[in-house]
Amino acid sequence: MDVWSSLMDGFATALTPMNLLFAVIGVLLGTAVGVLPGLGPAMTVALLLPVTAALEPTSAFIMFAGIYYGGMFGGSTTSILLNTPGESSSVVTAIEGNKMAKAGRAAQALATAAIGSFIAGTIGTALLAVFAPIVVQFAVSLGAPSYFAIMILALLAVTAVLGSSRLRGFASLALGLAIGLVGIDSVTGQRRLTFGQPLLVDGLDIVVVAVAIFAVGEALWVAAHLRRTPLHVIPVGRPWMGKKDWSRSWKPWLRGTAFGFPFGALPAGGAEIPTFLSYVTEKRLTKHPEEFGKGAIEGVAGPEAANNAAAAGTLTPMLALGLPTNATAAVMLAAFTSYGIQPGPQLFSSQGPLVWALIASLFIGNFLLLLINLPLAPVWAKLLQLPRPYLYAGILFFATLGAYSVNLQAFDLVILLVLGALGFMMRRFGLPVLPLILGVILGPRIEGQLRKTLQLSAGDPAGLFSEPIAIVVYIIVALILAWPLIFKLIRRNRPAKKPLLPANSGAADYSD
Amino acid sequence: MSSLATGLKGRAELGVSLLLGVVGILVFLDANGLVTPYSQSDPVGPKTVPFIVSGLLIVCAVLLAINVLRGGKGEAEGGEDVDLAHPADWKTVLPLAGAFILNVLLIDWAGWVISGTILFWGSVLALGSRRYIRDGLISIALSLLTFYGFYLGLGIALPAGLLEGIL
Repeated sequence: MDVWSSLMDGFATALTPMNLLFAVIGVLLGTAVGVLPGLGPAMTVALLLPVTAALEPTSAFIMFAGIYYGGMFGGSTTSILLNTPGESSSVVTAIEGNKMAKAGRAAQALATAAIGSFIAGTIGTALLAVFAPIVVQFAVSLGAPSYFAIMILALLAVTAVLGSSRLRGFASLALGLAIGLVGIDSVTGQRRLTFGQPLLVDGLDIVVVAVAIFAVGEALWVAAHLRRTPLHVIPVGRPWMGKKDWSRSWKPWLRGTAFGFPFGALPAGGAEIPTFLSYVTEKRLTKHPEEFGKGAIEGVAGPEAANNAAAAGTLTPMLALGLPTNATAAVMLAAFTSYGIQPGPQLFSSQGPLVWALIASLFIGNFLLLLINLPLAPVWAKLLQLPRPYLYAGILFFATLGAYSVNLQAFDLVILLVLGALGFMMRRFGLPVLPLILGVILGPRIEGQLRKTLQLSAGDPAGLFSEPIAIVVYIIVALILAWPLIFKLIRRNRPAKKPLLPANSGAADYSD
Repeated sequence: MSSLATGLKGRAELGVSLLLGVVGILVFLDANGLVTPYSQSDPVGPKTVPFIVSGLLIVCAVLLAINVLRGGKGEAEGGEDVDLAHPADWKTVLPLAGAFILNVLLIDWAGWVISGTILFWGSVLALGSRRYIRDGLISIALSLLTFYGFYLGLGIALPAGLLEGIL
């Protein structure tokens, strides 16, 4: 009831002509950058942050919502028409999608991706609208110790679960935390890591950090390895589906949605696992197993739905707890802070109209995507032919402009280049980018909660465990950290038919 | 010496380890230099978290060094336009960085329209485009458009620099 009326208010805000215009701009922009190689939704939102600073927060977030969903859609277009997916979440789509396109069924692949995205996005957003307030109700009862624990969980989970090397994930996280330390300590007023440089006292602007790592680092990295032979783009007409395609698609769409949303909503979300699970499930359940590996429509429909439902799910912890678990959500969270809006469970009460307008605009954005992008697919395919020098020079140009316009200081551009070089190095040596960004954003907040916790307990470390939720979360953290060791032990012991060692820390010591 | 050199060859990743270690030591020294009296209202103080972060950095540096020396390798990131088959092309990257630095040096003095033009033109050239005239015109148009767009649309006055009074 309450959700319903708030949501209707949100629609009323989001459907004003001005905000609708921003939603359309967001969707078009999001799809364009999703299609364009080298650009992703996270980078786009980061590049737009300075520009949108002059806008109303509501309008800005309506546009970001469009970019968020549009970027997903654009990413799937690329992975179907080219065989090189831009985002890790659309890797699975490329497997069957590109085969379909090569077999002359690009129109159907794009159609099932678009319609599946729409259905999954709509269901996912509805679930978000229902669940986020419930999570908030639960979250407002939590104190600093629980928040501290949950944030630690989010950081560790994203670092340890995603990506191929945990060690490199932690290295990236540590660098991010160090960057987050720069500036005046908010409690004591001490200057940390400023090296006597007055321009560093206010800390590093998150916009500058995000633009440097996502945009400058990416442009330099691609420049170093620019593909000299142009990729072959499969030409496509207007997407459409036959009756048979529909009947083969609708179940995978729903199953994909069921996989995607819960995984997205978990603190260690991400879309890689659900898209993969959806693919495996469809492969097992299909009535046309001979088509898998040669372009089965189920293999596009399921993962694409899972991808979009996960995207909606990710917004649940972002809005309800202030916890981002993917890059775009992290940058959107930074946007909240730059508007002076405190993210966290108070968001729904303090910024209710804004949050509901954002959720309403997610529905609208989804619908617009379907409406605008089905006819525009051939145009997007043409966009893939944009000459690469212009594309990457443009990224550098707008990155510079965006970072400079925040404070109008050339010094920020020096930081942009230094951190851009760091971004280049991270891409070269396989350090994931996401833990660094989360470290920069969550680091200061984690420190704040830690200090609040110990202030309440007068310095007694037992204060960290003073709430039951905190203890539960620490157990999960311990399991995540110990998992590879447990896994190693199980594998080592199984062939020898030895009894399994109990999975406690004592047993883990024997693994090396 | 030569055996050390061959041992280090192809292990550029040790540089990452070195960077982590150096940053870790810097964070430690910086936090160590803070002077704060113990305060009842802030038992954690401003030093604790930097110490933890520096510890994490140094542990990662050591583990990464061990991992690399044992033959571990970070996976370079792929992408639509990335061709990992050829080695890093410094002839593209360095001029690109040069155009960027030139912009940083010129922006406050010469103004955005001039420095932005140089940035875009230089970048396009560095990335291999050879249509000098067309690229130049596009660069000038982009800089002018963004200059006026930011001024009129967002109320942000980018520096006019040398062209002060003309623009």
